[in-house]
Formats: sequence, C-alpha cells, structure tokens
Amino acid sequence: MPKDREEVLKAVDKPASLGPDLEIKDYIREAKALYPCPVSSLPKEIADQSLKVGIRADEKDRIGTYFQIDHSVVFQGFQKAFEGKIELMSTTEAIKKYDWLKDYWWRLIPANMDKYTALSELNWDHGYFIRVLENQKIMLPLQACLFISTNGLNQNVHNVVIIEPNSEAQIITGCTVHPNVQKGLHVGITEFYLKKGAKLTFTMIHNWAQNFDVRPRTAVLVEDDATFVNNYICLKPVKSLQTYPVAYCKGSNSKARFNSIIFGEGNSNIDLGAKIVLQGPKSKGEVITHAIASDSSQIYSRGLLIGEHSDSKAHLECRGLLVSDRAFIHAIPELIGKVSGTELSHEAAVGKIAEEQIRYLMARGFSEAEAKSLIVRGFMDVTIFGLPDALRDEMKRIVDETAKGVL
Amino acid sequence: MSSLSVENLSVEVNGKRILDGVNLAIPKGEVHVLFGPNASGKTSLLMTILGFPNYKVVSGEIWFNGVNITNMSTDERVRLGIGVAFQNPPAIRGVKLADILHNFLKSESEAKKKEVELCETLNFTREFLSRDLNLCFSGGEVKRSELLQILAQKPSFVMLDEPDSGVDVENLGVIGKVIDDFLKERSGLLITHLGYILRYVKADKAHVLIEGKVACSGKPIKILDQILKEGYGWCEKCLKIERKC
Repeated sequence: MPKDREEVLKAVDKPASLGPDLEIKDYIREAKALYPCPVSSLPKEIADQSLKVGIRADEKDRIGTYFQIDHSVVFQGFQKAFEGKIELMSTTEAIKKYDWLKDYWWRLIPANMDKYTALSELNWDHGYFIRVLENQKIMLPLQACLFISTNGLNQNVHNVVIIEPNSEAQIITGCTVHPNVQKGLHVGITEFYLKKGAKLTFTMIHNWAQNFDVRPRTAVLVEDDATFVNNYICLKPVKSLQTYPVAYCKGSNSKARFNSIIFGEGNSNIDLGAKIVLQGPKSKGEVITHAIASDSSQIYSRGLLIGEHSDSKAHLECRGLLVSDRAFIHAIPELIGKVSGTELSHEAAVGKIAEEQIRYLMARGFSEAEAKSLIVRGFMDVTIFGLPDALRDEMKRIVDETAKGVL
Repeated sequence: MSSLSVENLSVEVNGKRILDGVNLAIPKGEVHVLFGPNASGKTSLLMTILGFPNYKVVSGEIWFNGVNITNMSTDERVRLGIGVAFQNPPAIRGVKLADILHNFLKSESEAKKKEVELCETLNFTREFLSRDLNLCFSGGEVKRSELLQILAQKPSFVMLDEPDSGVDVENLGVIGKVIDDFLKERSGLLITHLGYILRYVKADKAHVLIEGKVACSGKPIKILDQILKEGYGWCEKCLKIERKC
C-alpha cells in the first residue's frame, strides 16, 4: 500500500515524464454497472471486438477468463481441473481475501510516480489477480480482457500476477473498446512477480480508437532461474499511448524479454519501450521492437538496459519502417553499464522500405504494391515472440487480419 | 526467333555509362555465357534485362520472345518467362522462402508435394522454407535457395549471376546438375568468372564484356582457356580491332 496518501494526492497533477500530458477532467468516471454473465453470452459486438485482441468468448484453448467491461467485472472463472493450481479473480476481491497481497501492492511501481498512477490509486476500478501456485505447469493460456464500452470513460485497473516457484504459465491480455467508443482513458497498473524457477509468457494485444488515450505502467520482478517474456501488439490507431515497462532481473540466471510489434496510423502518438535492470549474476535481457509508422503517426521507440552485475548480458534491437513522409520514428536506445563485465549492446535502424528488397520480390513476380505489402507484413512477423506453435498461429492470424485492413 | 535479344543497348546508372552499344542474341534453347573483368557491366546487363529502374536505357531495345520489353516493369517481364538467380540477394526479414514458393506453386494441383520434391532436389529440409529470405544463409544456401525459386517459377529464360562463386565442391556438384537439367529445354545466360559451372553445364556461346562493350563472342571453353592463360588483356586488344575469337 502506498505509505503516504498525502504523497499520492500531491501527484494528482504531476505530468508523466514522457508522452503528451492529459487533462484527467476531460474524461468521465460514471459507467453503467453491468451484471456478470458467462463469457459465451456476451453480446456479439463485444465478443467480436474481443476476438481481435486474442480473447475467445468460446474459451477454446483457454483455461480461464477474466472479463471486465468499464468498471464491472463481468466474468471471472477457470476450469475446475485447475482448482488448487491457479487463482483468478478481480484484484478487489483478492485484496479483501488475502492480507499478504498488500506486500505486493504498489511494491514495484510508486503510486506517486505521476498523475496516472495517482489516479489509479484514488479511483481504482478492479483489474485482474492471477496466481499460479507452486510447481504447476499450465500449458494452455489464461485470458484477461479489459474492455471499454462507454464513450469518454476513464478506466483505471490495477493488476497483479504472481507466478510461484517452478511454475509455468501463459497469459493473453486483450484491451479494447466497443466500436461506438471513440474517446477515453485507460490506465493499467500491472505488477508481475516471478519467483524462483518461474516462467511466464505474457502476450498483450491493444486495439483502441482514434481518439483514445492509454497509459499502462508495468513492472516485473524476476527471481532466480525465472524467465519473463512479454509480447506486445498494437496495430490500430490511438490518440496517445505511453508506456515504459521495467523488468528487474534480480535473481541469479534471471531473464527478461520484451518483444513489440507496433503499427502507427492516422495521428497516433505512440511512445513505448522497455527497461531491463540486470541485477543478478548471469542475468540476461532482450528488447526487440519492430515499428512501422504510416500517415502522420509519431512513434518513440525506447529501450534502456542497465547492467548492475558483472556477469550480465542484454541486447536491444529497434527496427523502424517509415511508409509515409508525414510520419516519424524516434528510436532511443540507451545502455548504462555500472560495473565492468556487463555486456550490453544495441542495434537501431530506421528507414523506408529498401528499394533492393522491392526489386528482388518483383523479380519473383510480385507487383510493386504486393512486394511492399509482403515486406511490411514481414516486419510484423510474430516469430520474434517465440510462442508455442498454436499460440503463434493465433497471433499471426490476428496480425494478418489487422494488416489486411491497413495495407 | 531469339529467345532474348539485346539491340544496340546503352545504359546509364546515376549518369555514368555502364553499357555501350551492346548487341547480343540468345536463340531459343541456347545457353550463353558472359565473361569479363569485375565492373565490366555483366551484372548490369542482367539487371537491365530485368528492368530494374536505376539502370536507365538511353538507347537500344530489349526483345523477349518477339515482344519488346524495354519499357516493361520487372514483374511483367518475369511473368512473360524471365527468371534470375542473383549473386548476392538481399535479406528480407519476416518474408519466408516459403512465401516465394507458394506464390509460384499456387496454381499447381499438388503444390505441397511439389514443394517437397523441389526441396529434395536441392538438399533442403522443409524447415528451411520457414527461414527469413537470405538472412544468415551460408554461401551454398544462398545459391541453392536462388535455384529453388527458379525451379518453382519455371521460367523459359533464366539468368544466373555467378552461380558457382563462393560455393564448396559438394554444393557445386548439386547446383551444377540442377542447372544443367533445368536448362535442357530452356534458354539461359550465365555469368561466371572461373568457369567452374561449365564443368556441369554445356554452354553454346560465350561473350566477353569489357568496359560495357562486347569485346568478342565465340566458343565458351576456348574463350575461357584464353582468359585463364592470358587474362583480359588479350580481350582488350580484341575490343580495339573488333576481331572474332
């Protein structure tokens, strides 16, 4: 819990260090309360929108679902076979149920970091609590959907994920809006705790609206022999999205990977990246971002690797593709080596589609437009996510569907 | 009728003349070889025939199977039946070798079976098809991958830019046999420096390109022997007196 509510209140007007500053009063707080219902009974337009962000209303190949619409938890549940192995509920319920959860709450992210974290503490609208108990290998994903159906709404969720020692899990989180929603603000605080030997692959898909603002704040603690993989896809327009998640590789042999595929459209202002702090011996990190900027979009692609242990290694790759003269990409890779022995490297490249590649594909019978489309689709290749086959194919389908409308 | 003919072709790249009044005709069913020192215009000739826009035709024409292709786009020329195996193809992340093959084989009734056959011909596993095009391929893999795409495309005229350079003995054997089989009912133009590929492929005629001009034309093995013995200095003399070899 934040030690000092006073400190949080002081931060209510504190702008974030990155991204356009927003006026919180421009959004509304009231939303109609919605009754719980089975996921399979969700209205068609909600189910269809959710599917585009990887959330299946039929729960096929999913072992559990958390579904929140606006400020209402509409569904939370998982297959009976997993009782005693996992826990899934709203954080509101979890905080009441488990006194110890307060030791995980705002532990990795300061509540007074900026106006959005302060907003989340003062106007908290649920979020998901997922815990995988010790020594459980959960081979199918859990899914969580954060959905906004009220135009202009501010939704602030605080999520906590705990993977207990020697457990493995996959989570898919989809964040999206009803087709009638054009404007709003989603703030998502997410704290991940990966204990000794834990493995988590977390895949998040965002699909917002032209006039929508998003401010996720994420932090991960990775202990001994634990591995955290974060995959992020954002291919649709958004007014502004600013996020800079951080992973603390505290443990020995701890690993963190952040992979992102971004497509900027319209006037989207997308400011994202990942920080990895290598604290433990043999800790490793990797950040891969592929960003395409079209129309008048602006993309800031950040990465910060901090080597605090002499036996640590990390690499950062940022590739940006400009397909419009009115768009821009600002790649900002940063390396901080605080101790000799740490090995940090980066590669960043921003440019237009290479003429040589277009010509090569035309020499294989593709027209110029087809060649460009192939190259842009190739830029959004989800193989970088390192997902198991079935999930990879699902993500590929989502990217292909979205790309179809765009290219 | 010639399969491919190039008539009085002069080409510039960034304002610099790189081909000067080139005349060349490859009859149907014949395979011709291009020799010449580095930067003599051999690859430039292939790129011009392909229609790459930075190779500006300032005079002359290119004809393929009786059609004037001088002003056609690359993909139009390829669809007419021109294929190319590049010497140093670019890497394209995220685009798989499989994507190229599927495009060529999409109208075939047993495309998957055909794909497997083609892989076996060139000693590729099916997993190799899901590699990003040309990314971190070894020298032998590059050459075999280029040929794999040619076999899938089945062009009636194929240009091969140094199919034997940077390739080990075993790969050369595989590549040589595949090219020889493929060219049996087709026409082709191949570039080679040291002529290793000619141990496997029977060529009908050779041309020596010096400083963008055809210095001479004649029997491939005879010209190769001359070049290997005396270098290109001998051919440069030919250029001055326009003598046939």
